[in-house]
Amino acid sequence: MMKMETPIARVRGLGSARSGAHHWWLERLTSISTLVLFVWLLMSLLRLPSLDHQAVTTWLASPVAAVPMLLLIVSTFWHLKLGLQVVIEDYVHEDGWKLFSITLLNFLTIAGGALAFFSVLKIAFGGDVTNG
Amino acid sequence: MHRNPQRPLSPHLSVWRWGPHMLVSILHRITGSGLATIGALALIWWLTAAATGAEAYEYFVSWAISPYGIFVGIGLSWALFQHTLSGLRHFVMDIGAGFELTTNKFWANMTLVGSAVLTALLWAYIVMVK
Repeated sequence: MMKMETPIARVRGLGSARSGAHHWWLERLTSISTLVLFVWLLMSLLRLPSLDHQAVTTWLASPVAAVPMLLLIVSTFWHLKLGLQVVIEDYVHEDGWKLFSITLLNFLTIAGGALAFFSVLKIAFGGDVTNG
Repeated sequence: MHRNPQRPLSPHLSVWRWGPHMLVSILHRITGSGLATIGALALIWWLTAAATGAEAYEYFVSWAISPYGIFVGIGLSWALFQHTLSGLRHFVMDIGAGFELTTNKFWANMTLVGSAVLTALLWAYIVMVK
């Protein structure tokens, strides 16, 4: 049977459509930034005199802690979204479920990241949160 | 049917011997998925509790220092170290190095040893100093 479509029309939408390398590259990029920021977080937490509410919020309110923490949230949630997307693409084969899962992943990642991001902003800008 | 055991096996999807590189490969995915779900939830809980107030934070801490919380904490820290070390191994393999059989096996094993040592050191430090 003669194919009435051009070769490019047949493969369009079936492959990475040149975005696969971009995904791969961003995964590497965010892995480096996440690694650096987690070393910072671990070192900072271990060096704090205490991990009670007062100590943690006072520490997080300072710009040199709040900004790396905000960057950590963006980097970590971006990285985990890219990673979980690959896991979904590998194991969810049915197109409808795949679309649903990846859509849900995007929503949950952004919601979770926003929640964490806003919390740091509130501590940094909100002044004394000790009294609620 | 007669088969000469001296002859090498041809590559086959279900005929292979388990090796450390395979374990580390699937562990990278398992630890990554664990960190991305349980780890992310813990991070969100910690930060929202801190931003909500002292009472919410106390509630978080009461869970974190409970036996269940410490179990999850040890698991997450091990997962973080294992994922980080095997991620670094992936960077080396990304540039096309470290694929020789012995080298590949050696560094796969080293990520397992490294993550166990780092987890032990971290928790020893927490128990002794904190």
